Amino acid sequence: MRRFTDVLVSAAGLIALWALLVELADLPPYMLPSPWRVARVFWTDHATLWLNAGMTIWESLAGFALGSAAGISAGIALMTSSLARRWLGPFLVLSQSVPTFALAPLIVLWLGFGPESKIVVAAIGIYFVVASNFYDGLRRADPGLLDMARVMGASRSTELWRIRIPAALPALGSGLKVAAAYAPIAAAVGEWAGASKGLGYLMLYANARLKIDLMFAALLTLAVFGLVFHALVGWAARRLTSWAPEARQDP
Amino acid sequence: MRDLARGPGLRLRGDLTLPEGRPLFRSLDFRAEPGVWTCLLGASGVGKSTLLRLLGGLEVAGTFRGEASAADGAPISGRAAWMAQSDLLAPWLPVRENVAFGARLRREKPDWARVDSLLAEVGLKDWAGARPSALSGGMRQRVALARTLMEDRPIALMDEAFSALDAGTRARMQELAFDLLQGRTVILATHDPGEAARLASRAYVLVPDPAGARLAEPHRFRTPPLRDPASPDALAAQAALLAELRKPPVGEAPEGRAP
Repeated sequence: MRRFTDVLVSAAGLIALWALLVELADLPPYMLPSPWRVARVFWTDHATLWLNAGMTIWESLAGFALGSAAGISAGIALMTSSLARRWLGPFLVLSQSVPTFALAPLIVLWLGFGPESKIVVAAIGIYFVVASNFYDGLRRADPGLLDMARVMGASRSTELWRIRIPAALPALGSGLKVAAAYAPIAAAVGEWAGASKGLGYLMLYANARLKIDLMFAALLTLAVFGLVFHALVGWAARRLTSWAPEARQDP
Repeated sequence: MRDLARGPGLRLRGDLTLPEGRPLFRSLDFRAEPGVWTCLLGASGVGKSTLLRLLGGLEVAGTFRGEASAADGAPISGRAAWMAQSDLLAPWLPVRENVAFGARLRREKPDWARVDSLLAEVGLKDWAGARPSALSGGMRQRVALARTLMEDRPIALMDEAFSALDAGTRARMQELAFDLLQGRTVILATHDPGEAARLASRAYVLVPDPAGARLAEPHRFRTPPLRDPASPDALAAQAALLAELRKPPVGEAPEGRAP
């Protein structure tokens, strides 16, 4: 509850600062619209915003699911197979040195203007953070516990399922939290590369017509969705790994 | 007492060379008597844990040439239980599941009646559903003991199993473990001469040496364990073991000489 009021207070402060800046610098609405103008757009254009937000939300959620599944599989593959560590490991890192922004137009070219290409862009944008966090957690399972399991007669696969994976869940949770915040951004980037619907598309559309207030409204919608998704995933991760001491207090 | 098969005698012979080429021990011949506690003392880093790991069939740093064997000829693997300084409880599992962890790891069906009776024996009947983080250090080590007993193995390898506990808790844990592990071959690595003086039927000191650590002559006790810490036998043993541990390492200047 206290965190909720903290968020409200900092949001109110930011809006006040924004209003003050517009007022004092006497900025025209096509440079920086005042908070009131943006609020009015939320009211007048709520149907447009909803329609486009729905698309981006769907792309983000599907991209999150796909990217997380890929990241989890990659983490397990890296843990269990030395061949995967040798061949997949460098590829994972390499794929991260290519920015999502550069890949998005290519993926839109290959998969089309529909939501599929954005889902793939979002998945590519997040799978690495999921894979690397999860793999780290799998590797860092308590060596003493693994020794004891060996003496008890555990096989490699029960060691993985009964010790390494449960021990890695908190790390996986923090990876998924970061992924949840980033998935909507990646989906919007995908939309910039070519789309006919979605918040990213709406931003470009509004920008081109100097409807900066609508662009701001779309941007805020995207940001709020990202925050809410991040908070929900964080909450679920904390609930599922309540035994982990570090899961309690982080932003 | 339990009607258990007596644990076998154990022997570890061989050389271990560390990765940097230095020998950790050379022509070592360690023996544990069947069905009793053997304590292994020595400074930190002298190789006590390594010796236990070799007996337990675990990986060690360096190359080992030699063999770990049981006097009855059967392999040690599958007949030993492991207890370490930290309790090694899985933090995500409740106490009851932790006690049954060995069966789970072998994909066997846990004997829940036995789990509950062992938890009662270590005095944690009411904590079966609690997470390890809700327990004190002493309670957690008692869960670890219940898990070791659940394994029902004739051999117990204990690496500083009681070292992390406060003095009072440690004394109670030693008594409980001694009582519940009757008839098993127990090897306890420890740096506490007092612990060895209470529990051991035989106590060895592993003496550091640049040419490879070696075992000092074992201390022979006159009375059987578990000894009263104030008994003359325990006090004499404690003093003798401490004297052995205090000797300066070979190759180092003896105390008292001016630089």
